[in-house]
Amino acid sequence: EIRPNFPEFDDLYCKYCFVYGQDWAPTSGLEEGISQITSKSADVQHNLVWNFPIDITFKSTNPFGWPQIVISVYGPDVFGNDVVRGYGAVHVPFTPGRHKRTIPMFVPESTSKLQKLTSWFMGRRPEYTDPKLIAQGEGREVTRVRSQGFVTLLLNVVTKDMKKLGYDTSTLDMQTSSVIDMSEGILK
Amino acid sequence: MSHQEEKVKIISEEFVENEDEEAEKLKKMKVQKQRRKKQMQDSSPEEQLEGAANLGFQQEQQPDGSEPNLLNTTVRKGPRNLPPLPSTSRTGFAEFSMRERMREKLKAARSKAESALLQEIPSPKPRSFVSLKEEGTGFDEEPGKNVLKEPQEEDSQRSARVKFRDSGRKPKFKPQVPPGFPSAEEAYNFFTFNFDPEPEKDETKDKSGEESNQEVEEGEEEEEEEKPRQEEQGEEELTNEKEADAFLLDLDQTAPDFLAIRAAEYESIHAIQHKEKEILFRPSSVTVPIYKKIPENMQPRYLEDEGLYTGERPMVPRTNQNIMENRLLIQEQERKWFGDDGRILALPNPIKQFSTRPPIFSREEVIEAGLETLYKKALNYVPNKQYIVGSGDSLGQFQLDIDISGLIFTHHPCFSREHVLAVKLAQLYDQYLARRQRNQTKFLTDKLNALRNAVQTLPDSTKPPGSGHTTRESVNKYKFEIRQTRRLRDAEEEKDRTLLKTIIKVWKEMKSLRDFQKFTNTPVKLFLRKEEVDWKIDEKAFEAEIQTETNELFEEHEEEYEKKMEAYRAEYQDWKAWRKAQRIKKKKKKTTEEQDEVTEETEHGEEPVKPTPPVPIDRSTIEQQVRERALHNRRKPGEPILVPELSLAGNVTPTELCPRAEILRREDVRKRSIFLKVLFNNKEVSRTVSRQIGMDFRVHFGQIFNLQIHNWPESLILQVYETAGYGSTNLLAEVFLPIPETTVFTGKASIEEVEFSSNQHVALDHEGVGSGEPFSFEADGSNKMILMTSGRVSNSVAWAVGENGVPLIPPASQRSLGIRRKVDAIASIGASSLTDMKKLAKWAAESKLDPNDPNNASLMQLITVATSGDTYVPEFFRLEQLQQEFNFASDEELNRSKRFRLLYLRALEVPEFRNFKQVPIYDREIMEKVFQDYEKRIRDRGVIETKNHLDVHRARVAKYLQQVRESVINRFLIAKRHLLLSDLVVEEDVPNISILGASLFKLAEQKRPLKPRRKGRKKVPAQNLSDGDIKLLVNILRAYDIPVRKPSSSKLQQTSRSLRPFSETFVTSPSMQSPAHTVDTVLSQVLVRPFVEVSFQRTVCHTTTAEGPNPSWNEELELPFRAPNSDYSTASMQSVKDDIFINIFDEVLYDILEDDRERGSGIHTRIERHWLGSVRIPFSTLYFQGRIDGTFKIDIPPVLLGYSKEKNLISERDFDSVRSLSDGTYITLFMTIEPHLVPGESVREKMTDMLKKFDSQEDEKLLQATEKFQVECAQKFPKRQCLTTVTDLSGKTIFITRYLKPLNPPQELLDMHPNNPQATAELVARYVALIPFLPDSVSFTETCDLWSTSDQFLELLAGDEEEHAVLLCNYFLSLGKKAWLMMGTAIPEGPTAYVLTWERSQYLIWNPCSGRFYGQFDTFCPLKSVGCLISSDNIWFNIQQHDSPMRINFDVTKPKLWKSFFSRNLPYPGLSSVQPGELVYQCTDKAAASELQDRIEKILKEKIMEWRPRHITRWNRYCTSTLRHFLPLLEKNQGKDVEDDHRAELLRQLGDYRFSGFPIHMAFSEVKPLIEAVYSTGVHNIDISNVEFALAVYVHAYPKNVLSVWIYVASLVRNK
Repeated sequence: EIRPNFPEFDDLYCKYCFVYGQDWAPTSGLEEGISQITSKSADVQHNLVWNFPIDITFKSTNPFGWPQIVISVYGPDVFGNDVVRGYGAVHVPFTPGRHKRTIPMFVPESTSKLQKLTSWFMGRRPEYTDPKLIAQGEGREVTRVRSQGFVTLLLNVVTKDMKKLGYDTSTLDMQTSSVIDMSEGILK
Repeated sequence: MSHQEEKVKIISEEFVENEDEEAEKLKKMKVQKQRRKKQMQDSSPEEQLEGAANLGFQQEQQPDGSEPNLLNTTVRKGPRNLPPLPSTSRTGFAEFSMRERMREKLKAARSKAESALLQEIPSPKPRSFVSLKEEGTGFDEEPGKNVLKEPQEEDSQRSARVKFRDSGRKPKFKPQVPPGFPSAEEAYNFFTFNFDPEPEKDETKDKSGEESNQEVEEGEEEEEEEKPRQEEQGEEELTNEKEADAFLLDLDQTAPDFLAIRAAEYESIHAIQHKEKEILFRPSSVTVPIYKKIPENMQPRYLEDEGLYTGERPMVPRTNQNIMENRLLIQEQERKWFGDDGRILALPNPIKQFSTRPPIFSREEVIEAGLETLYKKALNYVPNKQYIVGSGDSLGQFQLDIDISGLIFTHHPCFSREHVLAVKLAQLYDQYLARRQRNQTKFLTDKLNALRNAVQTLPDSTKPPGSGHTTRESVNKYKFEIRQTRRLRDAEEEKDRTLLKTIIKVWKEMKSLRDFQKFTNTPVKLFLRKEEVDWKIDEKAFEAEIQTETNELFEEHEEEYEKKMEAYRAEYQDWKAWRKAQRIKKKKKKTTEEQDEVTEETEHGEEPVKPTPPVPIDRSTIEQQVRERALHNRRKPGEPILVPELSLAGNVTPTELCPRAEILRREDVRKRSIFLKVLFNNKEVSRTVSRQIGMDFRVHFGQIFNLQIHNWPESLILQVYETAGYGSTNLLAEVFLPIPETTVFTGKASIEEVEFSSNQHVALDHEGVGSGEPFSFEADGSNKMILMTSGRVSNSVAWAVGENGVPLIPPASQRSLGIRRKVDAIASIGASSLTDMKKLAKWAAESKLDPNDPNNASLMQLITVATSGDTYVPEFFRLEQLQQEFNFASDEELNRSKRFRLLYLRALEVPEFRNFKQVPIYDREIMEKVFQDYEKRIRDRGVIETKNHLDVHRARVAKYLQQVRESVINRFLIAKRHLLLSDLVVEEDVPNISILGASLFKLAEQKRPLKPRRKGRKKVPAQNLSDGDIKLLVNILRAYDIPVRKPSSSKLQQTSRSLRPFSETFVTSPSMQSPAHTVDTVLSQVLVRPFVEVSFQRTVCHTTTAEGPNPSWNEELELPFRAPNSDYSTASMQSVKDDIFINIFDEVLYDILEDDRERGSGIHTRIERHWLGSVRIPFSTLYFQGRIDGTFKIDIPPVLLGYSKEKNLISERDFDSVRSLSDGTYITLFMTIEPHLVPGESVREKMTDMLKKFDSQEDEKLLQATEKFQVECAQKFPKRQCLTTVTDLSGKTIFITRYLKPLNPPQELLDMHPNNPQATAELVARYVALIPFLPDSVSFTETCDLWSTSDQFLELLAGDEEEHAVLLCNYFLSLGKKAWLMMGTAIPEGPTAYVLTWERSQYLIWNPCSGRFYGQFDTFCPLKSVGCLISSDNIWFNIQQHDSPMRINFDVTKPKLWKSFFSRNLPYPGLSSVQPGELVYQCTDKAAASELQDRIEKILKEKIMEWRPRHITRWNRYCTSTLRHFLPLLEKNQGKDVEDDHRAELLRQLGDYRFSGFPIHMAFSEVKPLIEAVYSTGVHNIDISNVEFALAVYVHAYPKNVLSVWIYVASLVRNK
């Protein structure tokens, strides 16, 4: 069950991509994608639900650079321009099983009030050059961001052969198949 | 007229008859029906409302409206006619259609009204109505149009009217004109209306004006009447369109009936109003008179006036009150809502006048002191829970029993004087008892006696001399002992006696006090028991004792006397000797002068006193002394022994008998009570009950507290509290109890008394003496004493014993508590950090730690190790002392693991591993060879490799450059980390006026302009790319002046050539002959068939073949681009070193058909291509420029055998101008990268920002001025290069003019052309150009311009444009020229530095890297724009409109054209140069040069053979040697004007060979470029079987190891 936090926005869609280390490689599934547009539900709660499934499998030789999923949400503003509504990232959980992650979303702030105004007018809000930046720490100190809503992900993680390599990620021995499967429901 | 029409007519007639009777009835029916229908039609509420409103209006208007007009009357009549329609079955059909029609109309009208009301576009209903109609009758169109165009009122009015008119006017259907409408006007209206609705509107207005004024007046009324009518009529369904038309006709005829509906509506509204009146009520806001509000016959009563408190009524506006009152009066008849005063009952205003919520403070306001929050620094919480370690099994099972039995005050404020004495007495008595118990006196007396006996038994043994010594010693010892003991005994005896005396004295005082105050407070009583003694025995013993003592003392004194005598004698001797000496001195002194008198006097002063002999002691005096002392200290002989006994048997005077003060005191005492708190580790754990203080100031508690403890007992405190009456308790004192030994258990522990005292001052107003207050026992108040409250607590503390007899004691002794933490630290940290080892050992030894206790094992071991001195105690502080504990493997082990090493190196970003992906999981999967390259590089770092360089010096330079590069790369990597906001966030700039203007202009712009402007391509950041995404686009447009072939076997030429002397090498002679010759060739054969081949990264593309020396290809070639290691990051792209080679070849077709007879049937030709020249453009230039567009000079070898330039044709003309034009061959091309890559410009800027932070030795003012200057320049011309400061090799910022200073060129060069300054200049330029070029971006990875000084440059023998230009400029300055350093942009270099000189009335522009020079107006000058000029003392920025060298004025004295840095405001401060005073050149080793020459030749030959793997490569030695001889000549002439002689020479020697070849000239830096250059010519590509090759290399050494390399490659084919 997903509950919205922000009734402000509507008609949102999200882009997702994965950021992973050098020792990781996706074996199946799409690394990047765009979801459909969701509209507010008619009921009182005004839920925004994507229910957009993502299925991706990684293989790796090294836990360093464990994959992160980066979500960037876009939607039309008052003038109908598509603007970014939030960026957020979260690590794919280490342990197998079903996980629910609520990611706080944020957008970069304009550098000045005037620019804020003009960007609002022009429908060109400040955006990250690359959404993948938010999965890294480097250089982030120069940006100022404002938080804006949440996105909830449901992740079903399956790991394989972790223990064989000396990484015990779970108390239960769930070493069956090597799929990191994620279905995702999103709200703003 | 159709039959339908007739029918309707009949109907109307019918109804006209009964019009009057039925009118009223029908009207009502209609209204009802209409309502019902409306609901059924499901019209919107607005419509209904509107309808209702209309009805209402009509009703109202009815009485006013007079109907003088025909139209109006008809209108009125209409409705009367219509309603019965449904009842007539006869006309059902027509009526049906009519109704439908009317319904449509109604709809239209309704929507009209709606549109006007709601300001909306009309709903689609009228349109559908319009669409229904088949023939454009105009009638139907009308409503829709009017709806759109007219305001509501007129609209409806006219549309209705026009409708009727039009329908009536229809020629087909309308035979009769309705009365009152002129036909001419009608006609006019009809036409205008149909074709132009807007004039119609005016017309109708006019017309209506014409018709009657009244009509206009009644327009409003009419309009409103019409709507309901239409509503009414549109009630039934319609099926046919035709019927509608038919109906219209009828409608026209029966208009009067149709319209007469108004009256009915009017009344119905009235009825509604009436009905509404029954239900609705509108309260008026008129003040209600008071009599209405109060019960009848009552006067209003004002409570407030009567003096009763009514409270403040809440504020309600008067009108609202009135409304409410009216309402209430209507609703409720009882008036219960009204009070006696006639007002509505109301509670007082509930709003408080002040806010009860604490005010919210804003920051500016002053905060009240009480509410101010104070900042207190966080205190470190010291956990005082030292849980008992190692007792996990029985944690918390320890128990400490504290028995508090009672408390005795030794002083209390409430003590009376008697109490004080009693306590004193008791204390003394206690003391006495204690003394008696110990009985020291007796013990010492016995000891004394024993010693004396021992001494007396000894004298016998004095005889033997051997043992005499020992006995005497022992006697002495005994005697000493005796003396000591006696002294002690005397002291004890004295004490005993004084104690006894005091006791008696106190008792006496007490007795007197009791007598004085006439009452007794204490039960204390002292009895003195007398023990009678026998006087004689006593006397005897006393006497004997005195005697012995006297003897002993006498002996003592004797001994002392002896000793003193001895000392005296010795002293006397000394004195005598001194006297003697003195006398001698005096004699001497007589001889000596008086000068010594001073010293003499001093000697007199020091004169020792003559010793006096000791007085012998009289025995009697000693005896006297002893006696006195004995009398004083001891019991006199015969005196009875007094034994005091204290008892509490005395009677205390009852309170009632006491005086008042005493009674008060006793009462006060009774009020007071005492309790104790037990504090364990400073926490209260329990407290005793509160007990009254007894009259004897004793409190009995008798309580035992069992403390279940978890913590180490650190302190145990009893707090004594006193409660006076019902007042507050006050803390009297704290008693610190010792924590018991582990051996002390409950039951065994003895009750101990712990004293306490308080420093409180208490003064009382009764008999109590108070505390801390002076009081006196004497009547006169003297002899005051001060006593403080004090007392004793009797308690016992012990460890409890469990049920099974196990003592509940913590396992470790409390005494090691202090060290315990240390022990733990040792156990956990290990031996690494403990520094106070020796202290610890000392402590352990002192505290007698139990070595067998397992708890102490680690400590003991540590101590033993420490004391043995084996361990090394580090003197240093270690930061991560625990690191060792966490290391799971040693560093060596980690290094041995290949995987970890790989990961580590990758994390370090070592170039080899930077992009290593998927580090294998297991060591065994990692190949050893992964590290090989890296290890080799590391190993070779110090070793200078000569294999590739052939020259030690250059190898060293290369190494140095490599190191500089690395350091710069490191700096760059750091800079790259430093990201700016613009790197992370894409943000639109704030639009300024110009952008806004541009965007506004864009709006006005044509969508498809006739002359479209080129739009910039989208830039793509490089990192998102992969292999194959990037392409290099080369557009070859045309070339000029390509060398043309010469007839190879022209006899004429050959002979003429051969006849000519070799030394005559003039240009003119061949040109004299060539016209005829070229004419020939032009006519006879193709001059040249050139094509262009572009090679990049070993990918080759070529154009088609064109013809002639000025070909035009206009072809686009596409070459793929691959980044090194598939790394498309900006940094990697910037370091791409590849060059783009554009080679021009001549395609030569050879007919090799053997047999002429076959010529008709077959073609057998061989294609050969001859290299003519090339252009080399580094990729980095293209990358940074984005595109390269222009005309370039092709590097054509100085000698191209078999080819000649066409220039000879025109060389006769104006020499100067043409020469520059036709000096070379040029090619026009356009080059770009697809997609457009973003060069790392921001990085560069950042770097310069960073570089600004580098230290500088320049004056701060100067630096500020440069910044200002640069900003100003950038504002004016942002694209022009302006340089004021540069960074030198050590990273310091240096003002640019410091680089310019006249520097001497090598003397050797000056000597060559001593009389020709022009030639010298060219030679110098050539020398500078020979220094290898190393592009900035590659050497220092795009980061920053590092400017080396000229000596550094010559030492490095490598540099970019700036260094070349600086050196050249310096040389020119030294040659006495006027020279400037010119910063600008050129093709293809981009931003670069050139040198400008002023020579005899013209400016020359020198390219320092090629050594070429151009006139200012040279079209082919590669310099395209000029930014600034720099001399040794100033900088001028170009502020002219143009920046092309052709279009600017180089006169720097004009301030309007050149903005100078140093001006009157800022005069040139005279900056010293950073250049050396003089350059020192050493002659190059010729032998080394020739050796290098041989080596290069060998390498190249091997390479050529390598490139021809399928063919045999033969070398023509004869030719080679010829070429070898020729090369020095080329060098000497700088490749000019030698071609023809050379050709002649060659032809003479190799007459029967077809020869193609050319010399290549290069500056020597490395072998690799040479190989590349040879390869790019493609000489080796000839695959004729009998081809032979010739290759010669010549290295000319210039001073300072600058080498010029000539390579002559040729292929020879023997002519058949």
